[in-house]
Amino acid sequence: MSCKRLLSLFILVFGLSGIVNSSFAQAAGNHENAPAEGVAPAHEEKKGINITELVFGHVSDSHEWHLFSLKKENGEEKPVAFPLPVIVYVQGQGLKVFSASHFEEWHKDADGKKISNEYEGLYIEKVMKEKILATDGSKVYDFSLTKNVLSMLIGVVILLWAMTSAAKKYKTKGAPKGFQNGLEVIIIFIRDEVARPNLGHKYKRFMPLLLTIFFFIWINNLLGLLPGGANFTGNIAVTACLALIAFIVMMANSNKHFWGHLLNPPNVPFLVKCLLVLIEVMSLCIKPVALMIRLFANMLAGHIVILSVICLIFIFGLMNVYVGWGFVPVSLAFSIFMFMLELLVAVIQAFIFANLTAVFIGQAIEGDHDHDHVELSESVMGH
Amino acid sequence: MDLLMPELGLFVWTLIAFLLVFVILRKFAWKPIVDSLGEREKGIADSIATAERVRNEMSQLKAENEKLLVQAREERTTMLKEAKEMKDGIINEAKDQAKVEANKIIVDAQLQITQQKNAALTEVKNEIGSMAIEVAGRILRKQLDAAEGQEAYMKMLAEDIKLN
Repeated sequence: MSCKRLLSLFILVFGLSGIVNSSFAQAAGNHENAPAEGVAPAHEEKKGINITELVFGHVSDSHEWHLFSLKKENGEEKPVAFPLPVIVYVQGQGLKVFSASHFEEWHKDADGKKISNEYEGLYIEKVMKEKILATDGSKVYDFSLTKNVLSMLIGVVILLWAMTSAAKKYKTKGAPKGFQNGLEVIIIFIRDEVARPNLGHKYKRFMPLLLTIFFFIWINNLLGLLPGGANFTGNIAVTACLALIAFIVMMANSNKHFWGHLLNPPNVPFLVKCLLVLIEVMSLCIKPVALMIRLFANMLAGHIVILSVICLIFIFGLMNVYVGWGFVPVSLAFSIFMFMLELLVAVIQAFIFANLTAVFIGQAIEGDHDHDHVELSESVMGH
Repeated sequence: MDLLMPELGLFVWTLIAFLLVFVILRKFAWKPIVDSLGEREKGIADSIATAERVRNEMSQLKAENEKLLVQAREERTTMLKEAKEMKDGIINEAKDQAKVEANKIIVDAQLQITQQKNAALTEVKNEIGSMAIEVAGRILRKQLDAAEGQEAYMKMLAEDIKLN
């Protein structure tokens, strides 16, 4: 029964991501044309917009929290942004902490990269992502409190405050109400639909991890959807970190039975066994990668689609002001639809991440009893 | 592609933040919430079980009461029946006894009446006898005053003797 449910879930998720992906492809098609339009009138560059730069500027990390740009009287654009602290470790020079506002002069180099001014022997190179580089070529480790980090910290503060204040209400006995009630439904859902079916009687041990994963991802997904928000969960470093945690927990709790089946599958001829072990080990490594890419791609795609749809207004506006205005309702309607979809995707992806973590841990801690069932769910997961 | 290269800084910050959140929430949020949810569920299950048990007990009690009631009713009926029977018995006995007594009294009375009647009759007979003798005596005396009378009488007496 659990397999069936898992299968239907997968159909739902892939169906959804199919929608997102196809619309992403459409939008991508659109904005691939866009730079060409922007580039064509190269001599009047101020009028054109580089959609690629705009979109990826929004979805990638930054050392400042950009809100909007003001046009100065002389036609120059003045960005309104909060500079964030830069914390870098430069090999041979030690730790450096300063404000990102020191990088304020930007120019383009021959390859079209945006290069900032130099400060303390460092400069930022911006292609799709911002990279802090040292002028003398020494290695730079960037631990800056970037936009994503700050957004995450806001999410963390909200999460800690909301959950601990809800937990306090349990000290007094009585019927749950308000926020506590809503939270309870989700916690019970995670417990009954994620933890118990996958982890069996050991579910209580992993409840804190699953709940933290679910709420951490969900709240950061939602924060990312706010206008001006950071694309935190759509960043591969974040999903890699979460997937790594899930993988480590899985490995730390794996039992003899799991490894025995993985490295020495019973009742299999030798040659097939070699092949099987190879495949099993690969599938084991692919598990966290799948977790990482699923969340990253879903959130990134959602952000890009919404941004692209909004950018359509300006692309049409470039062709003709009236067409641009005329396209506003269409674009707005579509982006509202996408936003609603992303609200749904935000919770679904958080749920899937928690659920797959539970499934993986469940496989690792499984005893001898229902191993056929696991095999089946594993083959479902593989596709 | 540039976008697919994880940044070290963000990775480290995420790791730190996530672990911190995990540790704090595990201690201050998830444990108490999950525990009290479990407790509450157990409490509800217990309450339902208790209610069910009490209900069963109640129905059992009710059945017992009903049984007792039926029994009591039966007992009452039998008691009433017995009482009625006893009453009837007593009445009948009394009636019979009374009848016997009455008969005895009647018989006695009749006997007495007969006795008295006989006595009275005897007395009357005696009286009448003596009165007849006296009358006869007086008549004889009157008749015997004359000689012929005496002679007739002697003849008659003699005839009686002869006859005897």
